[in-house]
Amino acid sequence: MKRLLDFYWVNSRLSMMRQFQYRLQSVLYMVWLVIEPVIYLVVWSTIARSNGGSVDGYTAGGFAAYYIVWMLVRQMNMVRAPADWEWRIQHGSMAAELMRPIHPIHNDVSDFAGAKVFMILIFLPVAAILSLIFKPVIHTTWLQVLVFAIAIWGAYLLRSLLCSLLGMLTFWTTRVGAIFDLYFALELILSGRLVPMPLMPAWVQHLANFLPFQSMFYFPINALIGALTPLQLFAGLGVQLLWFVGALGLVNLVWHFAIRRFSSVGN
Amino acid sequence: MSAQTPIIRVSAISKHFKVPVREAGLKASFRSLFHRNYRTVKAVDDISFNIEPGEVVGFLGPNGAGKTTTLKILSGLLYLTGGSAQVLGCVPSKRSADFLQQITLVMGNRSQLNWDLPVVDSYELQRAIYHLPRAEFERTRDELIELLDLKDLVNKPVRNLSLGERMKVEIVGALLHRPKVLFLDEPTIGLDLTMQRRIRDFIADYNQRYGATVLLTSHYMADVEALCKRVIIIHNGKLLFDGQLSQLMERFSAFKTICVTFDTNCNRWGQYGEVLKSDGAHASLRIRKAETAEVTARILSEQKVNDLTIEDPAIEDVIEKIFSQQDALRELA
Repeated sequence: MKRLLDFYWVNSRLSMMRQFQYRLQSVLYMVWLVIEPVIYLVVWSTIARSNGGSVDGYTAGGFAAYYIVWMLVRQMNMVRAPADWEWRIQHGSMAAELMRPIHPIHNDVSDFAGAKVFMILIFLPVAAILSLIFKPVIHTTWLQVLVFAIAIWGAYLLRSLLCSLLGMLTFWTTRVGAIFDLYFALELILSGRLVPMPLMPAWVQHLANFLPFQSMFYFPINALIGALTPLQLFAGLGVQLLWFVGALGLVNLVWHFAIRRFSSVGN
Repeated sequence: MSAQTPIIRVSAISKHFKVPVREAGLKASFRSLFHRNYRTVKAVDDISFNIEPGEVVGFLGPNGAGKTTTLKILSGLLYLTGGSAQVLGCVPSKRSADFLQQITLVMGNRSQLNWDLPVVDSYELQRAIYHLPRAEFERTRDELIELLDLKDLVNKPVRNLSLGERMKVEIVGALLHRPKVLFLDEPTIGLDLTMQRRIRDFIADYNQRYGATVLLTSHYMADVEALCKRVIIIHNGKLLFDGQLSQLMERFSAFKTICVTFDTNCNRWGQYGEVLKSDGAHASLRIRKAETAEVTARILSEQKVNDLTIEDPAIEDVIEKIFSQQDALRELA
């Protein structure tokens, strides 16, 4: 454990250093990241206003709060893309990672975790400016802030595992882009990324309750801005933990078989 | 591990790859949607050998012979199709942390260090990966930096280094955890002669200093000649020769070269052997190995000789001959 903590600390620190080195890239990346929620925000605020002030209980201020927090959650659950597994296998860097006495997923998780510190620093002024423009309405408690702080890291870890699982498909076939696209389409609809879940049809909400996507998007956002009771907050964390444990077990199982298929192509 | 126990045991290992086969053209592409043909490529086929601790062994073969595949099997990257392998008493494919902690694989055309960071930072990451005690890490790092004269390079980002400089820092990075077994796949590829020599000297020094075992592939025979007493030759996945480099040379160099300088000019060099080159009183002659003693005695008795040397053929020539002549390959097999 001490070894792993040391590795996480050093790798995160190096990742942070790289982000500071490529400041312009990070800023442009943040601009790209802001565009998606701002579009959603403008559209839904307009609908809310034209609908007499709210849509299914979400006012313009409610939407502003949702999508500004959305940005931070989105930032937090950015993980190593499954397509990167394909790239690493094809270009040989996976072979180098497999030579280390540490699982490649630890490298990915610590690497992206370090990068987030810099991105959060950029997010704060962006969030302040958007708040001045869109005037979010947030009534939150210290417990919600605490649960939110845990939930965004939980979302990050869960999404890291799920995307790694997808990436591992590359060990069976080196062209899995279509499967990745399907996954991301499902995630977009069933996670709360496109719209808050209460705005979705009832059957979609019902289906989403049996899938892990909400734990990575809607739950963390709702934990901070929703009117959740302490019981609902802890239940949400519990569900996130269950999905995490399940995903961890699945990653270990799939890895066990995937690594046998590694053919170290292209190097 | 005692000197008698092999550090690497390889017993009848095979690695077969199933690769899709498809004819060129749109029609064949369409057909492959419904029916695919495969063929099995035997990259490594029933190879056995042992390597003792501290040995430096050259692994030779033409492109596609199975050298790199064997190194990948032994370093735990590939699962075996058949046979068994043990390195340091571990099964490589299990990839236990204890095993990976004691080996390294350097591939000459692959970078393991972080492209964007100064070299020292990448070394710090290696320390964390291998969980090295700081004092020991710093001692080894400084020692290796000194050995390869890297002081001026370690604060530069890897991407700003030349190919040769990068290879030097890569090798140091791969050795910071003081591995007991080194798998080196073309460590000098693409480097100029001076840099090749530096890397060779460094590997020899590391082997002496830490008693490490080295299995090396290289297309540069100078690497093999300088570092390896023993060579293993494979071709089409099969082991053809495993023995001392000197034995190989003895077996396949049927000729020797006599370089001789007479007191006066000579125009009848051909009476002693095949003339490789001649220039007045000096000539290089190609003589059958069995006749070398007799020809030498004849020259010395018939001519006034100022200088005479007998040379073995260059190792490159011998190896090239083995790989280019089917007869030689059959003889090895």
